[in-house]
Amino acid sequence: MSTATRFASIDNFVKGGVEIIGNDAAPRYLFSNMFEVARQSRPWERVVVAKNLEFTIECARAEGDSPWFLSSHDETCLVMQGEIDIHFVALTEAERRSSAAPSGAVRLAGAPAGTKMGHVSLQRGHLALLPAGAAYQLRPKNLGVVLLQSQQGPQSLQRWAQICQH
Amino acid sequence: MADTHSNSATSLAIITTAHHAALDARYGYDAFSIGSFTFTRDEYFVRVSYPKGTYVSDVGLFLRAMMRDVAWGFFYGWVNFDEVFGTVNHYGSVDVFVGSYNAGYKQAGTDFCERFDANALHNCFHALLSDWTNAGFDPFAAPLETGSPYGSKKGNNDSAVNFQRELAERFVGSAGDTQLRTDARGFHVNRQFADVPQDEPVVHTEPGFEGQLSAFNLFSYLSRSPVTWNPSVVSVIGQSAYCPTSEEHILPILHGNDRVEWFIQLSDEITWQVADKNTAAPRAVITMKAGDIAAMPADISHRGYSPKRSMLLVWENMTPGLEIRYASGELAPTAAEF
Repeated sequence: MSTATRFASIDNFVKGGVEIIGNDAAPRYLFSNMFEVARQSRPWERVVVAKNLEFTIECARAEGDSPWFLSSHDETCLVMQGEIDIHFVALTEAERRSSAAPSGAVRLAGAPAGTKMGHVSLQRGHLALLPAGAAYQLRPKNLGVVLLQSQQGPQSLQRWAQICQH
Repeated sequence: MADTHSNSATSLAIITTAHHAALDARYGYDAFSIGSFTFTRDEYFVRVSYPKGTYVSDVGLFLRAMMRDVAWGFFYGWVNFDEVFGTVNHYGSVDVFVGSYNAGYKQAGTDFCERFDANALHNCFHALLSDWTNAGFDPFAAPLETGSPYGSKKGNNDSAVNFQRELAERFVGSAGDTQLRTDARGFHVNRQFADVPQDEPVVHTEPGFEGQLSAFNLFSYLSRSPVTWNPSVVSVIGQSAYCPTSEEHILPILHGNDRVEWFIQLSDEITWQVADKNTAAPRAVITMKAGDIAAMPADISHRGYSPKRSMLLVWENMTPGLEIRYASGELAPTAAEF
């Protein structure tokens, strides 16, 4: 028996699905595939693929450098495809006050002027902490897909009808 | 819609009396009594006696389910050992039921439920699990990776029964938090994940920011899980918890949701059988392949089947009191509508 571990990518995924047996409806399960979502998205759109009240998991197509993002709470980034560096900048208190939203990530107008904190270099399967109050930019080395653990905010796009099985 | 089972259950008195154990010389195992329930086992089967009848189960299935119930502290909501017997967590007290969420038992009037202080019940179930688990059998392990649960009393396997899942408070590997899984810590790559890359991320921190950046290889972490169907916590954002787990064979319980729960299939494939939480009637079959994402609504129970060891990210909302808001109807059972 083969024990090869099966991962997937934008160009190589097979989607499962929901079969209704009893008194139920497929849309209740909000079934989607992250690689299909990324394939249909513009670079760095943060498409909500899972939502639990105010908390979200957002899927992004990683292509070209991302905008600079900032959140007032921790977030995480899970690389599901590609190789990606994430660069972090500590903002000044004034920058944080003028930019941060109470929930979710905000997109900064441009590169922040704060102090460089460092960077992490990630590959498929790597999970990074995006610390609260640190601006971050994702720089993929090739086409990628990431999942962002966050909260609903101004960058969160809900497209359930487009991404989920009906 | 309010859950009539929960409504009736709220009037139950909480039993705080400790369990009683007595040797059953026929097979060498203790028999356990708590409240109106008595638990006995023989070489193959478990029997649970209660005022309206007897429930019987294969001992392997029962111990694997009991292992999760004990290790998870009764988990979120319903831990159904099968379509008949199980527990409901009220977070401080716990119901033990036979047939209370099965249409046939309800119709026949043979359903039964008692409520226990959570610590008293946990002590009983842990003692039972310890006594009934023989040397060589690990109820957390996949069937191909452990011995037999059957036969008369033969030693114990307390190191397996007392396995503690790792619960990060913020992020695995960050200062003061849970650690990475390594060979040195006794976490070896599982036979079915031998092809999973083990490289760790490069974390470069500028002077003055030491300890503020953190990253780790989640797939390596999961490839080194020695157990199945046992979520750890690797990152917490407010009340949002990533609870990844490695899965092989069958989820030993039917988990009845008291809140919405999400599954993100990171690798391979799992098929989920979904049933009505209150009647056990089948509702759906969900096949999840790598990259698939699905929500489990707050009004169903689910059981997973993973033919090859797979990586599943379970995503939970740990907000206290959420179960009451769903049960009262304040929150819809689904995560979103379109």
